[in-house]
This record gives sequence, structure tokens and C-alpha cells, in this order.
Amino acid sequence: MDIVNEILEKEQKKAEKYKPITVEKHLELEFDIGTLLASDTNDLDIKSLKSDSQRDSYLNTLARDNTQLLLNKIWELPTERIDEAIVVKLPQPKTVLPRSKPVPKPKPLTKWQEFAKAKGITKNKKDKVKWDEQLQKWVPLYGFRKAVAEKEKQWLIEVPQHLDPMVDMFEKKAMEKSEKVAKNELQRLKNIARAKKVNIPRVGLPVTSDKANAAQLSTAAIVAKASTASLGKFQDKLPKEKEARGKGVHELIPGKDRKRKAPIPTPQAEKQNNLNLIDKILNKRPKIDMEKAVSKHIHEEQIQRSEEKKTMKPLKGKRKTKGGNATNFSAKKPKAGKGQRNPNKKNPGRKRR
Amino acid sequence: MGVIQRIKKPTTRKGKKVLLSREPKAIEGPKQCIFLQARNPSERARKVLKDIYDLKKPDAAYLSRKNDFVPFEDATLIEKLCYKKEASLFGVSSHSKKRPHNIILGRTFNYGILDMIELGADNFKAMSEFHNMKVLAGIKPCLLFNGPAWDLNQELKRLKSLLTDFFHREKVESVRLQGLEHVISFTATDEGTIYLRSYRIHLKKSGQRTPRIELEEIGPSIDFKLRRTKLASADLYKEACRIPKEVKPITKKNLSTDAFGTKLGRIHIGKQDINRLQTRKMKGLKKTPEEKKQMLLKKKQAKKEAKKGNSIKA
Repeated sequence: MDIVNEILEKEQKKAEKYKPITVEKHLELEFDIGTLLASDTNDLDIKSLKSDSQRDSYLNTLARDNTQLLLNKIWELPTERIDEAIVVKLPQPKTVLPRSKPVPKPKPLTKWQEFAKAKGITKNKKDKVKWDEQLQKWVPLYGFRKAVAEKEKQWLIEVPQHLDPMVDMFEKKAMEKSEKVAKNELQRLKNIARAKKVNIPRVGLPVTSDKANAAQLSTAAIVAKASTASLGKFQDKLPKEKEARGKGVHELIPGKDRKRKAPIPTPQAEKQNNLNLIDKILNKRPKIDMEKAVSKHIHEEQIQRSEEKKTMKPLKGKRKTKGGNATNFSAKKPKAGKGQRNPNKKNPGRKRR
Repeated sequence: MGVIQRIKKPTTRKGKKVLLSREPKAIEGPKQCIFLQARNPSERARKVLKDIYDLKKPDAAYLSRKNDFVPFEDATLIEKLCYKKEASLFGVSSHSKKRPHNIILGRTFNYGILDMIELGADNFKAMSEFHNMKVLAGIKPCLLFNGPAWDLNQELKRLKSLLTDFFHREKVESVRLQGLEHVISFTATDEGTIYLRSYRIHLKKSGQRTPRIELEEIGPSIDFKLRRTKLASADLYKEACRIPKEVKPITKKNLSTDAFGTKLGRIHIGKQDINRLQTRKMKGLKKTPEEKKQMLLKKKQAKKEAKKGNSIKA
């Protein structure tokens, strides 16, 4: 038993040597270990907060106690050793702080992306460079050094038989390229407009680099005919004239309703529709424009009054009342405290202006 | 205009990169802060702001130019500068007879003002007046909010959130135990006085694993008085506090662990269609062409009848 007592005594002595790490609080603190935050809802000692000498020491002890409690909690967490430093893994923070920017929205798909998704078309990645047999070297697919390689490869272009021999093929090629770029830009803008749900005006017929074909010409004729104020209702028709058909032609013609007709209603629905219509007509009441009515009334009153004034004669023998008029300057200045004197009340004296 | 769907394309690669970096992200980094001077800031107001800037340092910028504006009347300048500097926190110092030693702390959401709280610095002792060793710059401090007033008063509640936003620095996964050096304590009374004190932590031996804490004041020590506030409306604040889908923890359904720590999962399988089961193919069971034709005819008729039935019903 002696040994046990000895050890216990030793432990006690050891404990006495150090200050305690426990803190007693009336209410427990709320911790958010994730943000290293503790909030203490216990009542403060107002007396020591008010006095200048005690304030700082009180705040210091308060902060010490709360820090001790917070660090006690942190020291309980599982630790890890990384590069000779003891590291504690923190839990998720509880306090939700506002973001600096809104939550990102998913990017709207372009028309092509939508189509590809519907059809299940996946993009297969192409190599960035390709072996060119003619040049006997690796040629990039796009970008840096592509144009140079292209120039090297196509230093001469043959003019086809069916074309005018004086045509500049290089110029033609450049033109085609620039048109492709322009079309791409247009499509990009259209995609943006679609994503933002902006109505864009029709661009009309597509520009062709070469001669237009029969379908394009007939479309152009139809569109031109319908482009009058009466939507081509009174335009003459050619014998055997055909309506232009094809994908996207219908949308180009002005005045054509693009909506589908509503489906034929069921007998019950039709009956209900008709009854509603009759009710609407029978229950019609004249609308009263309150503002107009009021202004009309006021106007009538005004006219009446002005006529009364004209017909009434001024009364004889009655003089105008003197005094009490704002424009009467002969009256003396008002003096304060002249009338009823009250010794208990302090008179401020004359109002000085 | 949002950055994502701008109509004009960036002309340079660098410009594109800058625009991309400005796009909203699901997980945001530490909030940047700017400190400004409004009309005639007093010496004390300027020093207070400078000390807050020192506490905030790696994620902050101090703009030393004076600006002739009143944030509570027209905050467009703040919004503009926050856009320019990519900052979402701001502090403004000013001074007037009516509101001496004025400090305005606030934050923005989507480059628009979210919260703005005005504080008057009554008593102030700068960091430089405490002659001792300071903490490392950029260290994550512990935050203490003392007093029941923080939870009772709506304005103080928002101020608590704002101060946490100002000083918590960044969300971190783990922290080094020896790196817990700094404590900032905010004590609020019912009259609207806020005592800001900042201490350095000393870890002393306690005979146990957890150390005994001793504090040493390193400054700044400021006694703030709560003045005007401009708080965000409830729905804007809610919108700002939204947590993106990617960050939200996903709760896994039908999973459990038993007493021995074995993971158990429940799986649901639909009913199997036996009639359509492919059995072994045999020549004898194959359909003749005539049979096939009849099957097709039957199917067509069934379809027609179904259509008719539908139209009658409609």
C-alpha cells in the first residue's frame, strides 16, 4: 500500500506544479472547429467591463478561458505527422459564409452540341500533327506553321476546265475561307442569342459564293413576293408557279404563321368554349373611367362657379376688414411675453430676426 | 454583363486567361479585401484601418488615395474598385464631426454591395504600441465571440458573420498544432460596444497531452461602437449563401454498418421478364416465313385498333 500512496502523492505534486487546463462555464460554448471559432453566450461581467482599469485584464482572462476550451477541443481531434510537424485534420466548417460570386451555372449547349447529344455523336480527337507525303514532313493540323506548310504545298493551283481561265484561284480560295469564318462567327452569335433567349431578326437568304441554284432562286422570288405590306396577298402569280419547298424555307417567308394549328377540341371542350364566349358577351358592362369622370365633374363645377361670379354683384356698404392680413405692413411687430406674465416661466423675450 | 457569355471574344490568350480566372467557381479561394480612405479620415481612423490591413495582409490591398465619397450614400466607387481589384471585402475609413473616427466594413456579392456596417473607433491602441513579438503573417487565427448579444441582436449577428468572413482567411483541411498562434476576441455588450482584442498564444506544459494556454496581447486593441448598418435583404443573403451542388456532401442511400463494422448495402432489382427470356435456339422451334407474315399482320391490326380506340376516347 505504501507504494501506491507514494505514487499517488507524486502524481498530486506533479499536478500542483502545473496550472489546470479545465475551465468551468455556466453555459457551454458553441464551437465551429472547422473555422476555429468559438462563441460564448455566457453573461459578461458588466462591472469590470465598465471600469477602465479592470477591462483589459477581464477581457484577457475571458479570452484565455475560451481559447483553452477551443484548443482542448482541437487537441482531441485525430493527429497526423507530416514532415516532422503534428497536423490535425479539421472537420467541415459549420458557419455558412456568403460567396463572392454566384454559383456557376452550366454552360448552355450550342445548337450543334445539342444535336450531337441527341444523336449520340461523340467527338474523336484528332492528332495535332499529320505526316504529309508530298512535303515529307509532319504538318500541324491547325495553328502555328500550318499556313506556311499550306503555302509550301499549294504553290500552284490548277484552273479547272469549266472555269474562266483568267480567274485567280488563290483569291477564290481565300474568299471561300473568309466566308467560312464569317459563317462560323454568325453561328456563334446565334448560339449566344439562343442561350440568352433573344429574338434576332431574320438574316434572309444565305449568301452564296458561286451562282445560286434553282431552288435558291425560287426561294428568293417567293420571299421577295411576300415582302410587301400586305404580305404578297395582291401579287400576281405566274402560270404554273410552284411554291418553294425545303428545309428552312417556310421560316424565311414573311407572314407565314409558324405555329401549328391547335388540335380539334373534343365536343365537351368545344361546348364549354362557346358557352364561355356567350357569357363573356352577355355579361359585358360599360367600363367607367374614374379619372375621366372625376375631371369632368370638376370641370362642370368650375364653369358653374365662374358663371355665379359673373352674375353676382358686389355687396354695397361693407368695407374691407382691417388687420389680420399678411400683407398689412403697418401693424407692429409681435412682442412676446407682454400679455400674461408668469414669474415662474422664463420668457425668451422678443423673437429676434 | 456576365463573363461567361460575353459577345466579344478576347483577342489575346492572356486576356482569355484573365477572363476565365474571373468566372464564378464552385469552390472559391480566400476573399480579397481592399481598404480605402473616404473624406478626411482622422489619424486614428487611418491607423485602425492600417492595423486591420496588417492582420489581413496577404489577401488585402491598401489604397492610400483619399476619395471624396460617402459609402452609405453612394457606393458605386466601392463596387467599381472591387470589380477592378477582384475583391469582395472592403474597409473604409472616414471622419466627421457627427461620426468621428469612422470605420466601415463590408462585403460584396457579384460586385454589388451585400452588407455594410459602420463602426466608430472609440479607444484604440495600435499594434506598434505593444512592444513584443507579433505572429506570422497569413496565419489562420482562432476567433472568439463573447457575450450573449451576438446571438440576440440581428445587426450583431450579421456583424459576427462579417467579422468571421474578414478574419477566418480560408477554409483549410488541416492545421498544424504548433501553428495555432493567434487569437482574435470580439466581445459585444448589449449597448452595442464591441471590444476587439488580439492575442498571441503561448502553449505551456500542463502535465498532460493538451497544453495549458497563456495569452499575451499583441494588439490592435479597439473599442468599437456600432453605428449605421446596411444589411442585405433576406433573399439576397440566401442567394449569396447558396452552396453549389458539387460541394454539397452526397448522402449515400441504403448503406449501413453493423455492430462488427461490416458495410452492408441494399440493392433493388426489378422483376425479371420471363416471357422474353432467350432460351436455347433450335431449328425445330424456328418460325416459318408464313408464320412470320401472320405475326406481322396481327401486330399491325392490333396497332390500328389501338389507334381507333384512342381517337374515340379523345
